[in-house]
Parts: sequence; structure tokens; C-alpha cells
Amino acid sequence: MYALADCNNFYASCERVFEPHLEGKPLVVLSNNDGCVIARSQESKDLGFKVGDPIFTCKDVVRKHNVIVRSSNFALYGDMSRRVMQTIRLFSPDVEVYSIDEAFIKLDGLAGRNCEKVMRQMRAAILQWTGIPVSVGIGHTKTLAKLANHYAKKHIETGGVASIPKNPDAMLQCTQVEDIWGIGRQWSKKLRNIGVNTALDLASMDKESIRRSFNIIAMKTAMELRGHTYFRLEQAPEQRKTLLRSRSFGKPVESWHELSEALASHATRASEKLRNENLVAKMLHVFFHTSLFNRTDPRNSAHATVELIPPTNVTHTIIKAALNAAKPMWKGGFRYKRAGVQLIDLSSGPVQCSLFDSPEEQSKNKRMMVLLDGVNSSMGAGTLHFAATGFTKVMQMKQLQKSPRYTTDWNELPECLCGL
Amino acid sequence: MVEELRLPLIGGRVEAGFPSPADDFIERSLDLNEQLIANPIATFFMRASGHSMAGAGINDGDLLIVDRSITPSHGNIVIAVIDGGLTVKRLTKLGTRASLTPEPNKLDQGKYSPIDIGEETNVTIWGVVAWSIHNLKCTR
Repeated sequence: MYALADCNNFYASCERVFEPHLEGKPLVVLSNNDGCVIARSQESKDLGFKVGDPIFTCKDVVRKHNVIVRSSNFALYGDMSRRVMQTIRLFSPDVEVYSIDEAFIKLDGLAGRNCEKVMRQMRAAILQWTGIPVSVGIGHTKTLAKLANHYAKKHIETGGVASIPKNPDAMLQCTQVEDIWGIGRQWSKKLRNIGVNTALDLASMDKESIRRSFNIIAMKTAMELRGHTYFRLEQAPEQRKTLLRSRSFGKPVESWHELSEALASHATRASEKLRNENLVAKMLHVFFHTSLFNRTDPRNSAHATVELIPPTNVTHTIIKAALNAAKPMWKGGFRYKRAGVQLIDLSSGPVQCSLFDSPEEQSKNKRMMVLLDGVNSSMGAGTLHFAATGFTKVMQMKQLQKSPRYTTDWNELPECLCGL
Repeated sequence: MVEELRLPLIGGRVEAGFPSPADDFIERSLDLNEQLIANPIATFFMRASGHSMAGAGINDGDLLIVDRSITPSHGNIVIAVIDGGLTVKRLTKLGTRASLTPEPNKLDQGKYSPIDIGEETNVTIWGVVAWSIHNLKCTR
């Protein structure tokens, strides 16, 4: 038996825990730099907000319905997520944290206890302890648990917890193919074309013909809908293959000086993350471009990929590679809106020395990075940094509507009134 | 949040020549979290603002340790949500009647009035205040 616990409108719910007056009001949370909508409360979903909507195109709706607009507050969401996941682990040791607001739970350890009852207790504990409402779906496979979760979200009378019943046909029948875990938009279209509209239709399809017309994943998904386990709990996170650090500029960038500082700070943060996960990168991709939405300004975009020999995670080596690759592509006269650095082909294997590389140089670099990370982790990120990242702070995020870091900063604690 | 800060209970002074006779008796370090935080997952910190709870020992600017996993009962000091705002009050239950009572200093008696919790009032309990920490060195 598996369960999927999924926080309802997670980012919006986090904002509401510390600002209960936001309850019942339409609320949207924006991406870094206040660009696009990334999360919505139920009320703003009902108003038609979609994930990815650029907020400047929604000004009228925002004004008309008094929509609360918030910058993203990942310090808060991360801490609340940790609390939710820790509560879940008290109910079962076998947990796969699937995303910031979702976790699969293996229920086999409950040994005969009523799974649904235990999951209701868990839901109540999470709500009371953290203030975050979750929905839980229970089924014989991860795909069925996900489907039951979808059902629980849609049907208030379930009290937020739903199990796949003994005869699952009715529940499968009322689930559209688009809502099945692992079936993307493309496949849904293709399935509908051949008359497969619901989860029940997919579950009753012939196994081999799904494999022939789609692929093995689609076949496994169909089999999981019939209750056969193909996808198991993944507790050890898969090693990442790439690492991207990019962001839109608060205001457009027009000089190489500013752009190079931005690229250098992306390279810095990417290298820190690499070291944090004990990885090295073999390739680096660097890019910058003008706004995708502004139709009046001239457009330009540039990107390049270079090899890192030997593979590395040393900050100054990566900064140098990024700037060397970007410099020849620089063209003035444009208003650049976004830039980024992506590290590709990551591995944790031992670094192979190239012919011209001295081991002394490598061990010196390694010691320097240990020192750098040590200082920055004890005295605050960015305390020690390379001059290439600059002092002008173009990269400071535009986050005009950010709520306080209620749970992670002593200076931003929620205030409670003793005054009424 | 619960970064451990270990402070030794007994610290033997370093004396040249002789080891401190107390060194053998160091048992463990004391961590204030152990004393103040029963359930870290459900514990949040808040800052008190105002004077209506001074009689209960909560002063303006005090740090409150709030535990959401405690079920509120008669006599608890609670964080209550009144009309969407976070407030501190003492919860009193008499028979079927529950109310939120301010507890100011004697001089301020009568300045604040209790609030009944009923069907028609928009009141919920956010959490139970487990500790109030008052800075004796300086107040704001």
C-alpha cells in the first residue's frame, strides 16, 4: 500500500499560516524577481490565474478582485516543508519526498492497522502542528495513490483523505487521462484520439498495444492502475545531471560590466552547490538574452557551451570559463533581461588530471574552496567572494512583496498583539 | 531552528601541572532547547507587542515560544486569531462558555475587555504559548 500526501496550494497556505487575514482571499505567489505566477490559492485559481502567467498581463484582474500578490519566500516555504515532511516521518519511516510539497509514503509497516484511519490522524497532526492542509490518497500502487489524492482534493466530503475502493472502476472512470500521474499533455491527446478518455479506459487497454503505440512507461502506468506495482519508493535522491543558475534582472542590463558580474555570481552559486553535493562538472553552458515579452526593444540572444578540463567545482575556474565563453558573444546596444550559467555532465567520480595540470595546484584550490565555504557558511553567504561578482549588486532580486521570513530569522518573527 | 548550542555545566579551569579534580565529573552539556522546546516540529517563535498581558508576565517585546501541538485547555495562554490578526490572551473555559481574557497590570485594569468565543465570533486558537522570554538587560 502506498499513500501520497500533497499540501493544498502549498505556497499560499504557508503565507496564510502567519497571516490568517489572508484566509479566503485570492492570493498569487510570483517567481524570483516578481515575474510570473508560480502558485495560487483556490480563490485565485477560480479567478482563472494560471501558473506561468506574467503578472503584468494580469493587472486588471488583480485590481478588480483585490488579489493579494506576494513575492516568493523560499526561506519560509522550505522551513514549512521540512516540518510537514518530519511529521509524515513520524507515521511511517518509508517516505519519498517527491517535491517541496508532496511525499509518497509506504504503508506496509502499519501491519494490519487501518491505513485510512492512520492517514487521517496524520493529516490532522500536520494541520494542527504546522497549519498546512494536506490531501492524502491511498492505493496499492503509487499511480493509484496519486489518483486517489486527486479524488480527495476534488471531493470535499472525503475530508481530505481518499482510498481506492475494493472495486476501483467508478473512481477510475471519473479520472480524466490528463490527470493520471505520468501521462503528459502529448500522450493525453494521442490517447483521446483513439478513444481512451479516462483512467478506466487506459487500465482496460491491452498491455502490449500500449507498449507498441506509446512506450514502456505508459504500459507500466496502465498496469499500476490495475494494481500491479512497477514504480517503487525512491528514497535516495537520484544524482543530478545538470545544475542551472539563472535569473531575470531586476532592471535590464546594458553593459558588459554588469552582465559579467551577474554571470560570475551565477557561476559562484553553481560551484557552491556542486561542492555541497560533492560533484564536479565536465561542461559549462552560458547564456544571456533580451526580454521575451517586450516587443518594441531590439532582441538578441547568445549562448555557448565549453568543456571544463579537467572536470571541476572550483569557483574561480568556473567563473573564468563562463566569462571567457560569454565575452566574445557580447554585443552592446541591447537591454538584456536574463542571464545564466548551466553546469552539465556532472559526476562524483575522482577527477582525472590532465597532462598540464599540477596536483599541487589542485590541492591548493581544494583548500581554498574549503576555506571559502567555511567562512561563508559561518558568517553568511557571500561574506567572502570573488571580485568578478562585483559590488554593484545587479543581481539583487526584485522582490517587492515578500512576506517576512517568519520561521528562519530572529528579526522577522511574527508579531502578536497584546493590545485588544 | 534547533541548532544545538552546548554549554558545559562544569568547566575545569586549565591549571598548569595539575588536572582539575572536577574534570572527571563532567556529565553532559545543557541545551536550552531541551528545556524550552518539547516538539520542535510544531514550535514557532513570536514577538509580543503591547501591554495587555503584562499581568501574566508577558511584556512588550518578549519572545514567545508557541507550541501548536498542545491542545488548548482552560488556563492556557494562547495565540488566538481574532478577525484575522494574531493576539495573545488567556483561555478560560467555564462550563460551555469559553472566552479569551486579557491580563494587564493592576494599573491598566478595565482598559481591556474579554472576548467570548462563540458561534458568531470569528475566533480560532493558533497555538499555546509555552514560554515567554524576557530580556532583563534591555527592553525596547
